[in-house]
Amino acid sequence: MRRNLPLRIGIVVAVVILSAWLLYPPKKTINLGLDLQGGIHLVLGVDVDKALESYIGREGDLIRAELEKKGIGVSRIERRGSTELVVQLASPQNWADAQNVFKAAGAFETKESDQTAGRVVLALRAREIAAQRDEAVRVGLETIRNRIDQFGVAEPSIQRQGDNRILIQLPGVQDPERAKALIGKTALLEFKLVDERADSEAAARGTVPEGDEVLYQRRVEKESGVERKIPYVVRKQTLLTGRDLSTARVSIDQNTSEPYVSVEFNPAGAKAFSDLTDANVNKRLAIVLDGNVHSAPVIRERIPSGRAQITGGFTSQEATDLAIVLRAGALPAPVNVLEERTVGPSLGADSIRRGLMSTLMASVAVILFMVIYYRLSGLIADLALALNLVILMAAMAGFHATLTLPGIAGIVLTIGMAVDTNILIFERIREELRSGKTVRASIDAGFSRAFRTVIDTHVTVLVSAAILYQFGTGPVKGFAVSLAIGILASLFTAVFFTRLIFDLIYMGPRRVETVSI
Amino acid sequence: MLQIFVNARYDFVGKRRWFYFASLAAVAVSLISIAAHRGLNYGIDFTGGALVQVRYDKPVTVAQVRQGLDELKLGSAVIQQFGDVREYLIRLPETDLKAAEISARIQEALGKAAGARVEIRRLEFVGPQVGRDLQLQALYAVLAGMIGILIYVAIRFDFRGGVISIAALAHDVIVTLGAISITNREMSLSVLAALLTIVGYSINDTIVVFDRIRENRGRGLRRGQSVADLVNNAINQTLSRTILTSFTTFLAAVVLFLFGGEVLHDFAFALVVGVVTGTYSSVAAATLVMDWELWSSKGATRGAKQAVKAEAVATKKP
Repeated sequence: MRRNLPLRIGIVVAVVILSAWLLYPPKKTINLGLDLQGGIHLVLGVDVDKALESYIGREGDLIRAELEKKGIGVSRIERRGSTELVVQLASPQNWADAQNVFKAAGAFETKESDQTAGRVVLALRAREIAAQRDEAVRVGLETIRNRIDQFGVAEPSIQRQGDNRILIQLPGVQDPERAKALIGKTALLEFKLVDERADSEAAARGTVPEGDEVLYQRRVEKESGVERKIPYVVRKQTLLTGRDLSTARVSIDQNTSEPYVSVEFNPAGAKAFSDLTDANVNKRLAIVLDGNVHSAPVIRERIPSGRAQITGGFTSQEATDLAIVLRAGALPAPVNVLEERTVGPSLGADSIRRGLMSTLMASVAVILFMVIYYRLSGLIADLALALNLVILMAAMAGFHATLTLPGIAGIVLTIGMAVDTNILIFERIREELRSGKTVRASIDAGFSRAFRTVIDTHVTVLVSAAILYQFGTGPVKGFAVSLAIGILASLFTAVFFTRLIFDLIYMGPRRVETVSI
Repeated sequence: MLQIFVNARYDFVGKRRWFYFASLAAVAVSLISIAAHRGLNYGIDFTGGALVQVRYDKPVTVAQVRQGLDELKLGSAVIQQFGDVREYLIRLPETDLKAAEISARIQEALGKAAGARVEIRRLEFVGPQVGRDLQLQALYAVLAGMIGILIYVAIRFDFRGGVISIAALAHDVIVTLGAISITNREMSLSVLAALLTIVGYSINDTIVVFDRIRENRGRGLRRGQSVADLVNNAINQTLSRTILTSFTTFLAAVVLFLFGGEVLHDFAFALVVGVVTGTYSSVAAATLVMDWELWSSKGATRGAKQAVKAEAVATKKP
């Protein structure tokens, strides 16, 4: 059966050339997984309820402002759970007007209302809850991407996983602790006025004036290393947040040579900052980051420039990282680490070495076995195996698949399985020969009869690989990918390519009496 | 020509009771071991917790590592030498520590206790929620794998073939899990990957034998040939194939076990066991065909031989 020989040779040559092209240069084209080159794999859970709470808080402020604009007195607006607002009007007199305000706030629906008490419970609509949660994860992801970009990581991968998880992969990061701190910081910057009338000592013991809260400043004594917590009583109301910043950078104080972060507001922020400093001269303004007071300088005069400084005894690395997170913006909700896998670069190098050695040893063992057992045919199968490995690597490069340590294991296993197809075919040819068929008839029968079985064996392995891919995390996925590609490639190499070589050797015009198998 | 089992004439069917006995015994031992260990020893992938691989710049003892850990009061840590005397694997149960803090504090405490420099080579932290998710998913994955194979074999052959194949696969999975349990290895994600690979791979030999049974049956039973002969012939004719294909894969798995490094150790171990038991079970499973025939033709008045003949004609028709 020497049909279409030129075409078949052409196909094999084309595949080899395509593979070589995809693979060149191998250092750049083969994407090493985190377990091989070292790096961090992080799964973060976004605390979406916290995002809802702060959204509700902001909406509550808007509703209060709207009501007061209409001259409706509000005695208090409180959050209940993470999706409800309880509004207590000063009196039930303006009930109808208030109802109009509530109706205008489209995100809410009225859950309970009690006209005589002047009390309304507003619940966030289900659609809005879903939208806000989604937004929190989306914005969180973007913010983290921004921070990582500024931190400088080559080829980071940041993906959403499920409803509220974010998967982050940072290859080749040398300082995992720093990267994690940078990613996980909420970085909510708030400016709040210090309540000068309140007694901070008394407040720290529990008597906090209405509308105030106690926040702490953490100070580490340089000599002793002891951490001190200094309480501040501040107004609950946030006057400005990090949202209004346009930029942040590290500067060095000329006198103390300590690094600090200087921030600049955008035009709207600068206007608000100017107004608030104008109205509160000689009061202290607390600069609060993630609930911790960093400093609380006294406002000497109106500041029209829209610039401010955040000091607080930073090291220069801390200051650099703070500037990065401020520029990238705050996370809309806190995140926590659900899963982390960090591999140091030295272990990765070890794994590569061992992986290469295993691949080599397995190849040598299988190649020798095939040559000894099947002689020339075994050698052809070995050629097919070599071609299989080339195609496998090229396909991984072409699909931008990642080579992991389990992926290398998959390649080693592929070496053992790829020759199975040839064994099935060769054994069948031997059997046909024994039954007295001619060499050519035996080869024909061997290939065609073994084909069904070969397909079966491929399908079953592919089913397993598909399930592994669907289910597995990073490294296991790598195993599934290399196993699946290797098995598919073996269809081409062990059947198509081997058949071609057999045809070239045994199906020519010459008479053939024996076959080396 | 180098050949094995050329004119093999083993009476597998006649000895099938021994196969059943051996398989049932292996499954029983596996289940007893798993029960005695109070279930599988799930790794942190499934339970949550932390795993830290550390390397000292000089040899240290387990006691020194323990001393460093005790200062952190992290609960019951398991310390295991990993490779040589400078490298250790530390398993921590769920701790209150955040992932971000674990590595820095361990590095400091271990270094202080041993008076050496410590490198954190690997840190894996899995939150309890993620672990619980994975445990369920792992079960689903193995079941989905088996069901996928069942469907394929049922379409490709018949329902009987599917059921027998699944019995063989379940046997392989249980025995491999048993070997994991007996050798006190951990059930990790990579072991799960090995199990699924076995599910996909060990069915191959079974298919080869089934294919041959069908092929031979298609020719019809010759005079004086029984179903036992049919099955025996099929197993013997494909015996060299079964052994050789498994052998090459076995070679690859053993190489991984010996040279793949500590990280792949359990994975390769599961593969080696799975390939061996998978090869054995494909032969044993084929003899089950015999009993199925006897059982399904019981009650037919003319006895097993004729019934099978009639069926052979029926399968030939389409």
